[in-house]
Amino acid sequence: MCTVCGCASGNVNIEGKDPHKPHSHEAGDGHTHDHTHDHHHDHTHNDGHDHDHSHSHDHSHNHVEGDDTHDYGQGPAHAHAPGLSQGRMVQIEQNILAKNNEYAAANRNFFNERGILALNLVSSPGSGKTTTLCETIKQLQNEHDCFVIEGDQQTANDAERIRETGAKAIQVNTGKGCHLDGHMVGHALGSLSPTEGSFMFIENVGNLVCPASFDLGEAHKVVVLSVTEGEDKPLKYPDMFHAADLMLLNKVDLLPHINFDVEAVVANARRVNPGIKVLKISATTGEGFDDWTSWLKATRAVAMIGRPALHEDRSADKTDINEAGSKAQSA
Amino acid sequence: MHEMSICEGILQVLEAESQTKNFKVVKKVFVEIGPLSGVEVEALRFSFDVVMKGSLADTAVLEVIETDAKAWCMNCNEPVIIKQRFDDCPQCGSAQIQVTSGEELAIKELEVD
Repeated sequence: MCTVCGCASGNVNIEGKDPHKPHSHEAGDGHTHDHTHDHHHDHTHNDGHDHDHSHSHDHSHNHVEGDDTHDYGQGPAHAHAPGLSQGRMVQIEQNILAKNNEYAAANRNFFNERGILALNLVSSPGSGKTTTLCETIKQLQNEHDCFVIEGDQQTANDAERIRETGAKAIQVNTGKGCHLDGHMVGHALGSLSPTEGSFMFIENVGNLVCPASFDLGEAHKVVVLSVTEGEDKPLKYPDMFHAADLMLLNKVDLLPHINFDVEAVVANARRVNPGIKVLKISATTGEGFDDWTSWLKATRAVAMIGRPALHEDRSADKTDINEAGSKAQSA
Repeated sequence: MHEMSICEGILQVLEAESQTKNFKVVKKVFVEIGPLSGVEVEALRFSFDVVMKGSLADTAVLEVIETDAKAWCMNCNEPVIIKQRFDDCPQCGSAQIQVTSGEELAIKELEVD
């Protein structure tokens, strides 16, 4: 089993990639050096601590590094007798999600360097994420490049729907996994190669629980909630609504036909996350999409602030091309 | 069920630490879990045994240190303990509280051989 992304072999499948070929986890290669120093740990420490092993490994017994006292009373046995094996405690203080966060930080760096606005779209299954994305891309693609990473447990259906709009999309099948993680997104980015200043939409697995905990390197999480779900969803799944910066209330065209209290759902979302912004949209009628695309463009503009280098580089490229062109003409 | 991934993250840390701190067997893993970490402790225990099977922590015991979620109540002007993210202040009922802790999700220490 892959210990980074949690995939059993053949489970995670990034389209166009041998699922496990590109995996080169650091933890995995740690097992390659098989040194067999086989010294027993029952030495009595009256030798002035002068182990003359030729290999220099600094085994710390019960003593803390940098501490000269050998306090064998610290062990679980609270005593020490020569030859009696006793466990030692190792303080590590490691965030369990640290590995994922490292991958996410690398992704975030990738996006920042290229002035790409990356959004992580999360929702329960069937709230209309893919339809919303298709409509969004149709409205944006004349002005901006759009790229999509589609996360689902199985099938490439969603990526195909996105590709029909003309945008470049890649499907990541998580197999038994319930969320995308930073590592999967990193690999997908390698295949997608999004252009500078583009929009990168990451459609997470339909799940209002697990994706909340896994940073992918996105600028914002956008939670999609449809009016056919309950008003209390934000209270039932507070972690997700807390993690999101924007809530898209989708399928508002159905409001006249159903019993759904918009004010209540907004109040519930704000209760969990006072800073959350709420936009009402309908992906089928296009209602509210002016606001949504305005938010997207404004957020992208904010992401581009402080990146004059990007603009200069691009204009420099153009000059180069022009110069090259005029040189070609003169020649 | 992302507790499974969490446990795989734990195993990964154990394997890396076993290289740098030279141990072969993990007997106990102490993890700190906050009520707002999004982790269900029972699900974590279940996944832990499954994931650790056959590894250096095959027989390891998972010791969960459950912490309190705390918030600062602007009205009471003091820290209060909450259970959920959207709780009101348990003392004055105000909704003006700022969550300050409770998202802990960390390995604190290991007992190893």
